[in-house]
Amino acid sequence: MIYLDNAATTRTAPEVVEAMLPFFSENYGNASSIYTLGSVSKKALNQARRTLADYLGARQEEIYFTAGGSEADNWALKAAAEAYGEKGKHIVTTRIEHHAVLHTCEYLEKHGFEVTCVGVDGEGIVNLGELEAAIRPDTILISVMFANNEVGTLQPVKEIGKIAHDRGILFHTDAVQAFGHLPIRVDELHIDMLSASAHKVNGPKGVGCLYIRSGLKLRGFIHGGAQERSRRAGTENIPGIVGFGKAIERAVRIMPEKTQRETELRDYLIDRIEREIPYCRLNGDRSRRLPGNVNFSFQFIEGESLLIMLDMKGICGSSGSACTSGALDPSHVLLAMGLSHEMAHGSLRLTLSEENTREEMDIVVEAIREIVGKLRAMSPLYEDYLKSRTAGS
Amino acid sequence: MYSEKVMDHFQNPRNVGEIEEASGVGTVGNAKCGDIMRIFLDIDGEGIIRDVKFKTFGCGAAVATSSMATELVKGKTVREAMQVTNKAVMEALDGLPPVKVHCSLLAEEAIHAALWDYAEKNGITIEGLERPRSDIGEQEEEPEY
Ligand SMILES: Cc1ncc(COP(=O)(O)O)c(C=O)c1O
Repeated sequence: MIYLDNAATTRTAPEVVEAMLPFFSENYGNASSIYTLGSVSKKALNQARRTLADYLGARQEEIYFTAGGSEADNWALKAAAEAYGEKGKHIVTTRIEHHAVLHTCEYLEKHGFEVTCVGVDGEGIVNLGELEAAIRPDTILISVMFANNEVGTLQPVKEIGKIAHDRGILFHTDAVQAFGHLPIRVDELHIDMLSASAHKVNGPKGVGCLYIRSGLKLRGFIHGGAQERSRRAGTENIPGIVGFGKAIERAVRIMPEKTQRETELRDYLIDRIEREIPYCRLNGDRSRRLPGNVNFSFQFIEGESLLIMLDMKGICGSSGSACTSGALDPSHVLLAMGLSHEMAHGSLRLTLSEENTREEMDIVVEAIREIVGKLRAMSPLYEDYLKSRTAGS
Repeated sequence: MYSEKVMDHFQNPRNVGEIEEASGVGTVGNAKCGDIMRIFLDIDGEGIIRDVKFKTFGCGAAVATSSMATELVKGKTVREAMQVTNKAVMEALDGLPPVKVHCSLLAEEAIHAALWDYAEKNGITIEGLERPRSDIGEQEEEPEY
């Protein structure tokens, strides 16, 4: 199997699994208990918190563990809206956010808030002028993702943070795709809240965190016990949190090598596809993108067919085609970037990890070439295109 | 997600291609919703479908339903071909996931569109055949939050 869907989720690293295991069977104590077994859990919890805080250049007490990236996004947006709703009822975000942000915004719209979704350019980079123009006196929150999950484009987070802070507006970033993949310093980037998830960086699924700058008066998300400074009640997922901490410790340790390796493989794959497969388009910025992200649209074909045929060859990828999401429209990200419906339906995302090899990339290019050829041979759009070309010449 | 029959017809689609000077050609769907089907019919003087070919842009289910629909009408009379409904196509494929049911509707519509073209070219009317809609998109409910 060739796994090229690391933006969907990653393999839990063996050292992460190993670090987690004792917290199921031996050190199973509740971190709130006062006996020794409980304090072992408490210590592990705090160590993980410190690892994450150090990575962000934040303080330990600014890290709140959650059950994943979606929860962190929901919490950040809903709590900020509630806390600052007196001051204003306007939120600025972008058209390319993850649904965890967009659907939360839709929810808030039904509860009296107004949301402006700023557009992006053809490479998927947020339009800073449009963002600034969208700000109103009653804007209380700007939420822009750190890196896009589909096309990998990195956003000008620092500039956006500065725009927000110069105007006294809160800045949240969904950093789920960037966390542990790129250096992130919350102070330098003017970030007030940041969402992250463990399973995108070789940690376990169902664990994430929200960074909340100290001083922000945000309400808790889950009511109950005093865990997470009473802001996120519930007995902590100690094995998961330990795994998250270990995953970030590992990610920071291997980051320079991993980035270099993935970037080389990424550019090799992009180069070969562009050279060898006609009528394709690279989606997303060529250099301002996540090290492991490759996203192409292949004209005249549909993404789900391509994915199933790749799967039959043991290759795992994903697509922005409507058929793969159960929705009617193809990827909102690709449409926001100005792609036609046809091109958005024909998209293929391949996201690499440091475990992939050049030999695998060669196999993948051959497979895509063969499958795209086969699908085009049965495509009425390709037939029409060829006919229009002969008619025109 | 797909039945074995669907996978078989997707991997080895029957009757892919074009027919030169076909008796009837029908194209339905649009790139917006991600499925386009084109069906070519070769119909003899007795009104029997001698040959049928298709081309499809779309997902696995779109390819499989086109393929199965061509199989079901091949060798049939025009009247019999009119009985090939989306339900018949779905049954022959051992079912489709609910989100893919519209693909079978599109396949039925593609056959009808090709028959319509044939009828128009020959100045005949086919009982029960209506002018095909070119665009079939199932309205799905927006989820509530
Ligand atoms: C950008 C982004 N935000 C949020 C999420 C949701 O994270 P989780 O799966 O941990 O809830 C994802 C993952 O799919 C993502 O890519």
